[in-house]
Parts: sequence; C-alpha cells; structure tokens
Amino acid sequence: MTATNPPLTATAGSSAPGGLVKSVVELDRVVIRLAGDSGDGMQLTGNRFTSETASFGNDLSTLPNFPAEIRAPTGTLPGVSSFQLHFADHDIMTPGDAPDVLVAMNPAALKANLADLPGGGLLIVDSDEFTPRNLAKVGYATNPVEDGSLDGWQTVSVPLTSMTLEALADSGLGKKEAERSKNMFTLGLLSWMYHRPTEGTVRFLERQFRRKPEIAAANIAAFRAGYNYGETTEAFAVSYEIKPAPMAPGRYRNISGNQALALGIVAAGQRSGLPVFLGAYPITPASDILHELSRHKAFGVRTFQAEDEIAGVASAIGASFGGALGVTTTSGPGISLKSEAIGLAVMTELPLLVIDVQRGGPSTGLPTKTEQSDLLQAMFGRNGEAPLPVIAPRSPGDCFDAAIEAVRIALTYRTPVILLSDGYLANGAEPWAIPDVESLPDLRVEFATEPNGEDGEFLPYLRDPETLARPWAIPGTSGMQHRIGGLEKADKTGNISYDPANHDLMTRLRQAKVDGIAATLPLTEVDDPDGDARIAVIGWGSTYGPIGAACRRIRRSGRSVAQIHLRHLNPMPADLGDVLRRYDRVVCPEMNLGQLALLLRAKYLVDVQSHTQVRGLPFRAAELAAVIQDVIDSTSGAPLAADPTGGAE
Amino acid sequence: MTTVDLGMPAEGPIADAIAASVATQGEKQTVLKAKDMKTDQEVRWCPGCGDYVILNAVQSFLPSLGIAREDMVIVSGIGCSSRFPYYMNTYGMHSIHGRAPAIATGLAASRPDLSVWVVTGDGDALSIGGNHLIHTLRRNVNLTILLFNNRIYGLTKGQYSPTSEVGKITKSTPMGSLDHPFNPVSLALGADATFVGRAMDSDRKGLTEVLRQAAEHQGTSLVEIYQNCNIFNDGAFDLLKDPTTGTQWSIPLEHGKPLVFGPDGASCVVRDEFGGLRIAETNQVDAADIVVHDVTRQDPSYAFALSRLASQDLRYTPMGVFRAVQKPTYDRMMADQIKDARTTSPGDLDAILAGSDTWTVSA
Repeated sequence: MTATNPPLTATAGSSAPGGLVKSVVELDRVVIRLAGDSGDGMQLTGNRFTSETASFGNDLSTLPNFPAEIRAPTGTLPGVSSFQLHFADHDIMTPGDAPDVLVAMNPAALKANLADLPGGGLLIVDSDEFTPRNLAKVGYATNPVEDGSLDGWQTVSVPLTSMTLEALADSGLGKKEAERSKNMFTLGLLSWMYHRPTEGTVRFLERQFRRKPEIAAANIAAFRAGYNYGETTEAFAVSYEIKPAPMAPGRYRNISGNQALALGIVAAGQRSGLPVFLGAYPITPASDILHELSRHKAFGVRTFQAEDEIAGVASAIGASFGGALGVTTTSGPGISLKSEAIGLAVMTELPLLVIDVQRGGPSTGLPTKTEQSDLLQAMFGRNGEAPLPVIAPRSPGDCFDAAIEAVRIALTYRTPVILLSDGYLANGAEPWAIPDVESLPDLRVEFATEPNGEDGEFLPYLRDPETLARPWAIPGTSGMQHRIGGLEKADKTGNISYDPANHDLMTRLRQAKVDGIAATLPLTEVDDPDGDARIAVIGWGSTYGPIGAACRRIRRSGRSVAQIHLRHLNPMPADLGDVLRRYDRVVCPEMNLGQLALLLRAKYLVDVQSHTQVRGLPFRAAELAAVIQDVIDSTSGAPLAADPTGGAE
Repeated sequence: MTTVDLGMPAEGPIADAIAASVATQGEKQTVLKAKDMKTDQEVRWCPGCGDYVILNAVQSFLPSLGIAREDMVIVSGIGCSSRFPYYMNTYGMHSIHGRAPAIATGLAASRPDLSVWVVTGDGDALSIGGNHLIHTLRRNVNLTILLFNNRIYGLTKGQYSPTSEVGKITKSTPMGSLDHPFNPVSLALGADATFVGRAMDSDRKGLTEVLRQAAEHQGTSLVEIYQNCNIFNDGAFDLLKDPTTGTQWSIPLEHGKPLVFGPDGASCVVRDEFGGLRIAETNQVDAADIVVHDVTRQDPSYAFALSRLASQDLRYTPMGVFRAVQKPTYDRMMADQIKDARTTSPGDLDAILAGSDTWTVSA
C-alpha cells in the first residue's frame, strides 16, 4: 500500500446512515496539515488530533509551525499558523516532507501552504472565509476555489463556519463566540475521515472548559456535528483506515520535547534525592519547561521566575552551592546572557544543568522556528578555557533520557552541562513508552561531610582521582566552611592563586575532567543494517528523524548507508575518530552552516562533507536522501534505482 | 542566645549531610568570638582602607547573633568590597560582577535554614547589578545586603561610580562626570525594601547597631555603609566624620524620637506643604510639628522623603535605620507553596510520567 493521494470516489462500499454508500480505504500512512489564522486554534486542533491518533495506536510525529506574533492581523499571511501530523501503521521518524491533506481555514492559510501540497493532494477549504475582503488581504484577485486555479488538487470546499453556526444555533452563544468552535467542527470531520476515537476529545473539552460549561457544550456539539457531517455528506465518499503500528509492548503516552525535559528534570530530582531549583526567565521556545516544572511543587521543585536570564542562571548556581539540583532553561539569546555565569560554574565546579532550546538566530532571530546553530556557542561561548559537557536529545521522547543523562554528568563531575534541544523537539510530539521509575539511573550523590586534608582541614579542590570531581560540601555542614569564586583557585586548597604554574595546571585539570567523561560513555553507535556501508551520515540533535528516514529510503533502493547520531557532543565517544575514518565519505547534515562538521574536521582530520540548511524548519527526508544518493553516486559511479515505495518511511 | 530565627530545617540528603557532620565533628558551635570568624587568608586591601574597619566590626558583631559559622553564607560580586568572603570563616562565594543578589536569592530561597549575606559595592550593586538589587528588594528574600559605598571605582583604579557627585573629576571624566548619582537608600525604598539603613565605616557603635537590626529583620535588609577609599576618593565622608561638621550635617535616626540634630539640637525635620520633609530651625517651629521617626510605617513615602533630605555633598544625611517593616518573605512563601502542594497531593512520579492519556500495547 502506498501513501500516494487516495481517490475521493469510492469503489467498494459500506453503508452509512442516511442510505449513503461510503467506502473505507486502508492506508499505511498519512500526512495532514491544518492551517489557519493564529486565532483559529490550529495548534489545539492539531494537538487533539494527535492525542486521538496516539491513543488509537499509530506511530506519529508532529510539526507545529506558528508565528512569533501572538495575534498577527486576522487573515494575513504573517498570521498563518499550521500543524502537521504524520501518522502511520509502522514506525516513522519525521512529521513528513509534504502533506497529503491540507486543511485551509482561510485564503491566507491556502496561499501560505498550497505550494507544499503535491499535485492531486486532498485540499479542504472553509468556503465561508473566501470572501472578497479576505481574498484581497492576501492578494487574490479572484477566488481560487472558483476560478479553476485549484484544479490540480482534489479540492473540497466546505462551509465550515456556517455549519458550525448552524450546529450551535440553540447554544445561546453569540455569533462571534460560536464561530470559534469551527476548529472543533473541523476536528470532528477529520476524526470521521480517519476513524479516530472521539471520547478523549470530549473528555478533554469537558476538562478544559469545566468552569465554562456552556463553552464546553458548544465545542462538543460542534465536534459531533463535524463528525456527523462527514458521515452523512456526499462531499466525502471515502474514509480512511490506518491500522495501529506494531510497537513494543508497554504503556504509552504522547509527549512533546519540552514536556519530556521537564519530566526528566523532576525524575532526576527524585532519583538523586536533591531538591530541584529552576531559575528561568520566560523565552520562546523554552518557557513551557518553566510552566511544566511549576506544576510539580509536590516533588519539592522550586521554580523561580527571575528578573532576567542572568538572574535565572545565577540563582540556580546559588541553589547548587546549597546542595540543590540547579537548573536554568533558555534559548539562544539567553545563553548569550548567561555565558559569564556559566563560566563561574565552570570555575567553581558546581553541578548545573543549562538547557538551551535552540531557535533561529542570530540576535532575536526566528523565535518560533527551529535551528541547531548554538552548538559552537555551547562548546566555546565563554571567556577563557571553559570546557563543559554538551549533550543533545534526538527526538521529543528522548528529551527525557537526555535530561537524566545531563544531570548524571553534572552531579558526578560537578560541572555545568549544556543540553541542546531545539524548537522542533520542544513543540513536536511522539508516542513515548512510559518508563518504569525503578529502571531509571540511581543519581544519588555524596556530600562531603568530613575534612579531607592531612592536617584535618577541608580542601575544596582536592579531586577524586577517578573523575577529577571536587568534593561538594554544602553550607550547614560543620567544619567544612570554605570560600569559592571566579578567581583562579589554587590546586587542592581553593585559595586565590595567581601562580603561573598553578593556572596552567588548573586549566588543564578542568579540561581533563571534561575529557575524562568520555571513558564512561558508550562507544559510537553505528546503524548500518547491511554492514557494508562505505558512506556514513553523521548528525546530532533533532535531525535524527529526517536523517534516519533518508537512510531508510537509500537502503530500500538497494544501497548501504550508515547512520551515526551523536548524543554526546562534548566529549564525543572515544572511538568516534576511528569509526569515521572507516568510511569513504562522511556526510554531516545540520540546521546551521556546518558547526558539527567544523568540530569533526578539527578533532579528527576527517574530510567531513557538510550539508546545511537554515530555513527554520526540519530537513525533508527526500532532500536528504537525494544528497546521500548524490554522494553514493559520485563515490561508486553507479546510479541508484528509484525508491520502489515512493518515499515511505 | 540566638537572636535570629533561621527558617525551617533542610531535609533529604542535605539534612543527612548536616547530621553526618555533626555526628563526626560535634554539635554546632554557636558561642563564638571575633577571632573564630577570621580565616588564614591575608587581608589584601590597601592600608588605611575603610574595608578593614567594616571587616573588624562585622567579625566582632556576628558572634552575637548566635548562629554557627557553617550556617552563614556570604556572597559577593566583584570589586574591592567583594573580597570580603575570603576573610570570613563561614561559607562564601566571591561571584561575578553584580550578580551576588541573584546568587544569594537562589541559595536563600532553597535553603531557608541558612543566614545569607551579600557584600557588594556601589559599582557592583548599583551599576552592573542594579537590576538584581531592585528585584531582590521587592521580593523580600531573607538575606542581608551590605552595600559598601565609597562613591568611586576602586578596583579598576579610580573611575567615577553611580554614586559619585556630578562633576567628579576622574580618569574617565577629566572634565567632570555628567550623570546624576543614585542615592542608594532612596533607590532601595523606591523598590519597596522592607529594611533600609545607613551607617559609617568608622562609627563602630552605629554600624553594629544597624547591622544587628538588619540581621534580625526577616526579609531583605539593605545597609548602605559609607566607606572611605583612601586611594581614589579619600575624605569623601569627612563632612560627616569631622566632629564639628558631622554633628551639623548628619541626622541621627532613632525610632520613636523626634528628628532633632545639629549643635545644641538647633535643626529639626518637619513636614513640607507637598507631603515631603524639610529642614527647619528648631526654635522657629512648634515642637509638635517636629517629625517623630517611625521605622514601621508601611508606606515607604515617609522614609523616602527622609532619604531625599541629603544633598549630593552629604549635607543633611540621615544615619541609622530608615525603614523596618514586616512582610512575608519570598523563601517562606515558596516553602509554604511546596508544603501546600504536598498536602493536596503528594508527588507520585509514576503518575506524572504517565500523564492523563495513556494507551497500552500488549505483547
């Protein structure tokens, strides 16, 4: 079964109420994009459809895409917000390169998204919104729904707004208020089309609007009306079935990257026994971590909304000095501001988790769009030699494990750790196997409670011979009083020292401590099912999905390619250089201008070929597959066969 | 003889570590002498610096609080004054420029069982760290801020500071500084600080008294300490220190006492027609019109008006405690929210990992 656009006209039939004959077509995967005005509730609709899909058991991946403006002028191109969902009966890795189905709630949404819908794709538009005024706002001289310009697509024009109003005629709501339920009408229609379970959405609406029962009732009525409309209308003769995907047994939930990071931090606090202290300043796209953690006070989590980014990290350092698990969350501009304080944490060798949910830069850049361009800043963006570990999650669910791993390193080595997420991981969602708490790593730490010096004194910079970590003695413990700070420390005693040899020693010790972490890391994981690949593709962070999907396409066309994906960016796995040198060619796709490639070339003298893109959106698997294919072709000389599946994952 | 209440004790591994240290090293020592507060580090301020006097006063005064050394933390920023923690046998952090109040906030908010102090200067607190200072004050985190004001940048060798008088000739302002200075007390009161005081480095008795009240205050206390920099701004406070002019130009603040000052009490403070305060000659006003100092006024306007009496050249400078009012502290309220949350529903990690919508895939 391919995923090319299904025909609208039915062949085999099943009976629907009203005597209509409707058919059911089975698909293996679908990509739907919902697009509307930022006030139309597209993100909410997308999230609900995602939850229905998750609970149905499909594998899925989502791509929310919205403007930085909270409410851009209604009906304009800058105000368009969209949500793309890819779901399938098998394991998938990306939100899909292009939609099979586009729902456009107004002319602006159509104009902004139509170019992405392949010819023949299903296009659903809200005909009520295609008024002369709305058309003029985005420069349509004539109505595209009527002038034949949409002939290349299967266009279904549905009066979503007026049908919603009709359904809510008796609700007692005013026109403006009733209109706002059109997203739920649309969700109902889509839920019918794709056989989604509806109970979850009804429950959600009841919960969401429990203080406004009339709004809950209206939304539920609109949702049901949309569903029933699908069942009875002649406009849609076909519905689609996408069977659940085979998944490892277990209990699942749907999770976004920011949620997973927050839960990972709570779990790390519980597994270490330390109180969590988050110092944060609101910033897109990281604020949801602050919101989520603020809800978990019952776990002793303290969240402090600081006056600025610097106070966010500084307060976390203060809390760490007192024995808490200090955390700060931000995005690129915030990391810039926090740099000096992170250097203080390097110098004072205190545990600290710094989360950077990367977005388009430089400066304010693209606040709501994704990018991977803070890698070198994380590595080197501080004055002096200030090494620290850097790690990156590869999918929304993986953010949970990455947070725990980052905390493990921070606590074990008494060091700040930077975790690099990004906007795509932060807002994107996927099914997540809920872990068993007991299976999570034991993160307990030992505070220093007894003097460690030969003369009964406490030496705050006397290092553990194995990890090179210094003792963590917290205020309140008797006889351990000591002073730390940003001035260079004398070896062992931690007193101020301007001695040249001591500074050279301490600089090298701080570097050796971070380098030494590599000894505890797993060796490079290479995904090469055929085992004979001559080409390796290496990536980090959220490109895991698109690179993986591209590699699958290459393999289906009969060629081998190895995928290497780095979680630990500093230090890197001990054998990485040797592994890379085994391949004829190494390709490194990144959503920056080649930052990892620069590091790999510098560290390992491997001629890494960089492939880059900074469009604020994830890579498309097809584009990456073409890049890899070019490399293979230019290496082996023989052209590849076409992908027989037409681009499944 | 503890005179200061520390907040609720720590729990978990932090409490375990404290208990372990007590088990191996004996009970916490709260009966201390000045020499117990000293470290083995050589004090490295310029000879004659006012910081020495303040250090001695603090070392002599702190034992009177009855707090164990290990329960005290001194956090500083950058500048001459910020070397302070190295000379105090407590826990300490000499941090980065201007950020000490933010670091101390994280520490005090997560460890209400500690006595947390910030030592800072006029450049550190009012220039690079001005934002943290005002927000710390408005939050009312339980910590005590000692702001050493020498009206100059010392560690960078003599540039004018945010408290320097207009027209100050320095290396960076050869034709005189242009910016109008902050009055730190006015600034703190503008941020609604619950405790604000001012003292002179050389006035051991007055300084100790203000420090004592500041330490006993629950919430953020700000104490401005006039400190002489004998290298770059020598004699900056001589007008107030000189026995003759000092009496004439400083206004001693005593709670409950009429604001009368000057030789033979010739001057006094009365209300002006715009709701502020002004200086008057005592024998020209009705005794009932002389303002009686009240540190407990909830509205900071009075204390603010008091702070505005001083001119840039320090004439009519009130010395002592301006304001001391009770408000809930940030750390206490934060701890209470956690307690409430735990009472409502104790944290269940399995439950929050699962969230509200789950599905099961069977083998």
